[in-house]
Amino acid sequence: MSSTRGKVVGVNGNLVTAEVDRAVMQNEVVYVTTGPLRLKAELIRVRGRFVEMQVFEDTTGLRAGDDIEFTSTMLSAELGPGLLGRVYDGLQNPLPELAAQTGFFLQRGTYLPSLDRTKQWRFTPKAVVGSSLIAGDLIGTVPEGIFAHRVMVPFGHPAALTVQWVAPSGDYTVEEVVARLVDLNGGVHEVCMMQRWPVKLPIRAYQERVRPKDPLVTQVRIVDTFFPVARGGTYCVPGPFGAGKTVLQQITSRNADVDIVIVAACGERAGEVVETLREFPELIDPRTGKSLMERTMIVCNTSSMPVAAREASVYLAVTVAEYYRQMGLHVLLLADSTSRWAQALREVSGRLEEIPGEEAFPAYLESVIASFYERGGLVKLRDGTTGSVTIGGTVSPAGGNFEEPVTQATLKVVGAFHGLSRERSDARRYPAIHPLESWSKYPSLVPIADVEFGRKLLRRGNDVQQMMKVVGEEGTSMQDFVVYCKGEFLDAAYLQQDAFHDVDSSTGGDRQKHVYGLLVQVLQKDLHFHDKDAARTFFQRLLQAMIDWNRAPFGAPEFQSGEQRIRQMVAEVTSTREASKAGAS
Amino acid sequence: MRTVYTKIEQIVGNVVTVAASDVSYRELAQITSAPGTAQQRSSLAQVIRLEAGRVFLQVFAGARGISTDAEVRFLGKPMEVSFSDALLGRVFTGSGVPRDNGPVLTQNMVPIAGPSVNPSERIIPRRMVRTGIPMIDVFNTLVESQKLPIFSVAGEPYNQLLSRIALQAEVDVIVLGGMGLKYDDYLFFKETLEQKGALARSVMFVHTAADPVVECLMVPDMALAVAEQFALQKKRVLVLLTDMTNYADALKEIAITMEQIPSNRGYPGDLYSQLAARYEKAVDFQSAGSITILAVTTMPGDDVTHPVPDNTGYITEGQYYLRNGRIEPFGSLSRLKQFVNGKTREDHRTIMNVMIQLYSSCKEAREKRSMGFKTSAWDQKLLDYGDQFEREMMDLTVNVPLEQALDKGWQILASCFEPAEAGVPSRLAEKFWPKK
Repeated sequence: MSSTRGKVVGVNGNLVTAEVDRAVMQNEVVYVTTGPLRLKAELIRVRGRFVEMQVFEDTTGLRAGDDIEFTSTMLSAELGPGLLGRVYDGLQNPLPELAAQTGFFLQRGTYLPSLDRTKQWRFTPKAVVGSSLIAGDLIGTVPEGIFAHRVMVPFGHPAALTVQWVAPSGDYTVEEVVARLVDLNGGVHEVCMMQRWPVKLPIRAYQERVRPKDPLVTQVRIVDTFFPVARGGTYCVPGPFGAGKTVLQQITSRNADVDIVIVAACGERAGEVVETLREFPELIDPRTGKSLMERTMIVCNTSSMPVAAREASVYLAVTVAEYYRQMGLHVLLLADSTSRWAQALREVSGRLEEIPGEEAFPAYLESVIASFYERGGLVKLRDGTTGSVTIGGTVSPAGGNFEEPVTQATLKVVGAFHGLSRERSDARRYPAIHPLESWSKYPSLVPIADVEFGRKLLRRGNDVQQMMKVVGEEGTSMQDFVVYCKGEFLDAAYLQQDAFHDVDSSTGGDRQKHVYGLLVQVLQKDLHFHDKDAARTFFQRLLQAMIDWNRAPFGAPEFQSGEQRIRQMVAEVTSTREASKAGAS
Repeated sequence: MRTVYTKIEQIVGNVVTVAASDVSYRELAQITSAPGTAQQRSSLAQVIRLEAGRVFLQVFAGARGISTDAEVRFLGKPMEVSFSDALLGRVFTGSGVPRDNGPVLTQNMVPIAGPSVNPSERIIPRRMVRTGIPMIDVFNTLVESQKLPIFSVAGEPYNQLLSRIALQAEVDVIVLGGMGLKYDDYLFFKETLEQKGALARSVMFVHTAADPVVECLMVPDMALAVAEQFALQKKRVLVLLTDMTNYADALKEIAITMEQIPSNRGYPGDLYSQLAARYEKAVDFQSAGSITILAVTTMPGDDVTHPVPDNTGYITEGQYYLRNGRIEPFGSLSRLKQFVNGKTREDHRTIMNVMIQLYSSCKEAREKRSMGFKTSAWDQKLLDYGDQFEREMMDLTVNVPLEQALDKGWQILASCFEPAEAGVPSRLAEKFWPKK
């Protein structure tokens, strides 16, 4: 075959070495062919006549002398209408369609088009003939579910183009030409709805980046009230196994107040993706009344799937997120877990025999992580609208120790840190975000003074608890004991949330403001009790009332009566004190 | 006729290197001592690296006694295992050789370590596996198609627990993969399965501590390949793997031999991927059977942050901590329990949460008492509760169905607390709190 200009000379795991006699490009996509198999790979190092490639598939059966095919393109994503609602692997192969071809198991070497080539979309032209456009400008729209999907000038064009022709309204497939643009030299460029973009390069077709400030409501109380995330911000969720990272991400993917959610399941359990995959089509998004799947795209490269494609999967996810951001939409990208991607880098780096950094991770780990999170952000587009990509990544630190390289590299570049703790998850205090160790640089839903009050109370309550371990309950003053009880109460009544209860699992922004406002009022009161047992009993009863209240739908009669009950219980304790005060004077 | 190579260039550990061409990655080879050698040896070996005309082979029986003029014959195929119902009741070594004097099986060979299941073909697990152990059924329900390790230290009765679950669970086929098993433990499994009449639905792949270490590496793949075939025949399969730490140690040994850069305590950087590739074979097929994996991971020095239990915890869907002969409620977790425990009885989840929260408070009260502080009336209640809980729920000899265990839970709560103290939602307390 004429296109073949390389031969395999070595195989070590997923790393294949070949001898070549032509010009090659770093990060070029190549195919290794053996018999009927054609395996996709990426060129990652060039040394003289020898090139090294990471193969995105199992390499069993490759032999010395097998042919290499070069493509002269970098690993790219297909972008266009029809991405939403789909489930892709890390190389953007649609998984359900693969299953239709190969059955239960993923057979290597089978690659399918990412976007449906036969489906027709109703195109409405927007660009005016004769006008001058640059990369990212609008040509027309097609309806995709609930969104007006923008067909844009391909992001790769460096200079201004003049519109020569735009297709009239009608139905077109993603490969049909919908516009012809002319560049300054008279070259004609045909534009169709689908464009390709190399996943490792950020899309920059916007006017400017602006600072994220609007809160992104996730309906998780401890997050929105205490450690908020902003639209266009970045956050990370490190935690030991079993602390609830994935449940937290699943809840967020359901409830987050954004237009589009992209889930990148990178090197984690397949079962977890399956939940999303099977449940989302049946769940209704309360904001749109449509299935949640219509606003979701899943990139799924689970732990037993080829390791090299883990890296591709996070880049694919962020590229699609950026693409929808260009349409003025707010996109949330959830990556679970970035540690698995880092481990994939480590595996390849080890096979390349690079000099290892800390814990054998490659030296470029930090810069790779930083440039990934930097692809999040809030941008102002040229038409004045804004779009955002919010990135939330979980980190799975070895041994649950946050000092390890991946967590540390991530903490440097994110705007919020939701650290999960083993101690809290063992005590079944879910979500197990540690209230004293986590932080956020974004503004909260509730007034800052109230947040500060809550944090201070939690801190003081914890101090008293530590002290009590040393001096015992009898050595603790009544005043301190009440502080401790208040802290524990705030934790149990507000920070903890039952992820599996229909109502309690999602607390909307308004409800949070209302409930937290009341809690602050209650906790600021000076409560007095005869003895510690009385205090403990009171808070136990109050907590019970609070748990019932949290489980009542917002605004329902039982919500009103629950609130009434809490106010009354507190009034009883407060009024007896004020009455006795009045008696004393 | 394929070429026979007779010039071994290098022998390091259990890896030999030979200059050969037309060899494919992961292909098998037969290494046989040259005729006339005093030590006659023959072993299978597998290609683990191709490098500029040289082939690295991992010798299953170990490189000990291999001479540089031994014959290396490539077989042109990767590792395979015979699959048929004739496997049931049989015992094999890690390389598939019978251990039980039975016939060698050669029909219907299937490759091992095959491709992974397409995630879009998986379904949400939906069937509980009843074990009769309250610490599992009530607090951390085992679910069909789950992958779950028992974290333990040497000396704990983990193999006994494993065999008890295997015998009480309703499954069609049991596949046991033993890695670095003590010979006594191998006999224990065999005898237990025989006595309870379960041997006829079991297949065993056993590598004992005395066998060559490379064979240990094959055990999980052999066991899981067989399990996968049974599952495709609509069988519900339970795979027992003990002990995965030995497997990881075997990986470490080969990695060091191959001069790979170690990542953490000498283990290779791909430990996570290697373990995941095995555990992820657990599956529930839409229109076929299922594979549930129950494994043992011993924690060196009872250290859960050791790379093996640590990586395992990130892969599996929970873990059971076996400590002092009991399944610890703290740290033990079944990630899939919420798929099934909402459908058992309406009080299941509440009992599960409340009892653990109170037991946690009890631990604090015990700490207080042990430091000599005065215990309050509330502490006293917690202490009573803790003792009852340990005696009637945690003890491994307790063997009752789930519903009885839940009733027992309410009784324990009622004997120690008022409903409000226990933190039970009012609606459930009205219905289930035992009337005095």
